Amino acid sequence: MAKVLVVTSGKGGVGKTTSTAALGAALAQTGQKVAVVDFDVGLRNLDLVMGAERRVVFDLINVVQGVAKLSQALIRDKRVETLWLLPASQTRDKDALTEHGVGSVIKEMRAKFDWVICDSPAGIERGATLAMRFADAAVIVTNPEVSSVRDSDRIIGLLDSKTEKAEMGQRVEKHILITRYDAQRAARGEMLNIEDVLDILSTPLLGIIPESEEVLKASNVGSPVTLNNAMSAPARAYHDAARRLNGADVPMTIPTDRKRLFDKLFGRRAA
Amino acid sequence: MTTAIAVRPQPSMRFRGRSFMAFVLAPAAPIASWLAELDKWIRTSPDFFVGRPIILDLAGIPLDESGISQLISILGERGIRVMGLEGVEGNQLGPSLPPLLKGGRPTAGGEAVERASGDPPKGAPTPHQRQEPSSLLLESPIRSGQSVIFPYGDITVLGSVSSGAEVVAGGSIHVYGTLRGRAMAGSMGNARARIFCSRNEAELISIDGYYRTAEEMDASLRCRPAQCWLEDRVLAIAALD
Repeated sequence: MAKVLVVTSGKGGVGKTTSTAALGAALAQTGQKVAVVDFDVGLRNLDLVMGAERRVVFDLINVVQGVAKLSQALIRDKRVETLWLLPASQTRDKDALTEHGVGSVIKEMRAKFDWVICDSPAGIERGATLAMRFADAAVIVTNPEVSSVRDSDRIIGLLDSKTEKAEMGQRVEKHILITRYDAQRAARGEMLNIEDVLDILSTPLLGIIPESEEVLKASNVGSPVTLNNAMSAPARAYHDAARRLNGADVPMTIPTDRKRLFDKLFGRRAA
Repeated sequence: MTTAIAVRPQPSMRFRGRSFMAFVLAPAAPIASWLAELDKWIRTSPDFFVGRPIILDLAGIPLDESGISQLISILGERGIRVMGLEGVEGNQLGPSLPPLLKGGRPTAGGEAVERASGDPPKGAPTPHQRQEPSSLLLESPIRSGQSVIFPYGDITVLGSVSSGAEVVAGGSIHVYGTLRGRAMAGSMGNARARIFCSRNEAELISIDGYYRTAEEMDASLRCRPAQCWLEDRVLAIAALD
């Protein structure tokens, strides 16, 4: 049975699109069929990070409105053959999305894929609420700083009230993914520490992605960071997070690019 | 030259909540026959609407702004004064119209309408007074942006109240996690209400309308268990450990 996963945060610029691409590629590399869906209509970016921007013909809006078939709009990744992208429209805005249309597209995708990963736009408006509407699980991307944490908290509240699952009295499975974590700045007390973030959000941790130039390098060449340099610190962290999404029990570490630095071990278990 | 300046303690502004039972009128299309039905109703119980707060629910009939104000004046001729609107887009309302209300909850008010329309059926058991619960227990954390309002009594929160969330109780508030948001106790005018939390990082606390923001709290009372109460119209906070 397919799992619909929304990658969301409330705040912009925390790494939703990077995480969608990285987790999607990491899951697809295990042989599962994965589709990543860009819900950021009007400000699409996932196609760039996936390196598929020159192959976009139809998009999510076309499929929602019945102009194109899902199979026409899906773009198959050239590197991992079980990975697909459903791009957003850049020329339209989020009002073109309807709940009914999104619902039927998601339903159709459930039949075809093992994972449907929805890249939510920032904010709590229509695009973001529709991206989470049909989700079974959510990855809440959070930076270790107060404004991001508060926005994540707001999003968790919405996940618990505005999703289809919540309205049916069920729970959306929620995971915190901490990104842009800088061990040195955290040691100097310039960042919220992870314990505090998890205490405020009282939601289990999926992974900690270290701040790294590898992320920028990968997106500049149009490749998910997990494919571009699989041995880099963020790639290893995303691979661990993907294994935890699959139910594996992976000890929580923060990979670093410099091996001699402490691999800080947390006694905490993933969700 | 010296000038005397009278320094007066800053008066604090008090905000109080009150709830009233309002009747909701929901006109249905076609409007003419609905009005005829309403006239029939008014003929049988002429004083029914006098002095009652009335909310107009327009979800059933699409009306523009002039249509709404026309309907309100038609109702006004029948002695029905509309205090608020429901079921319309807020942006289609001009300043001359009653305000848009949100968050209304249905009550047992409908029964009153039925009773007013005729004699109570003989031999019917007297409806016994429904006991309103006097406390509300919340097992999950209150997230940023959420607002919990319980005017009938105490609120107990087992988790934390996040920054940007608010809890408003008619009675006392108990937070077993960290209170990071706002807590307003005694909101219906209860000076004996108190606020308790296992860790005080509140943005604002208020009892019976008297409030204090985080900035006005002593730093020694932050990040530890605390209780707040009202002493002679001054909000007092004390650590509990």
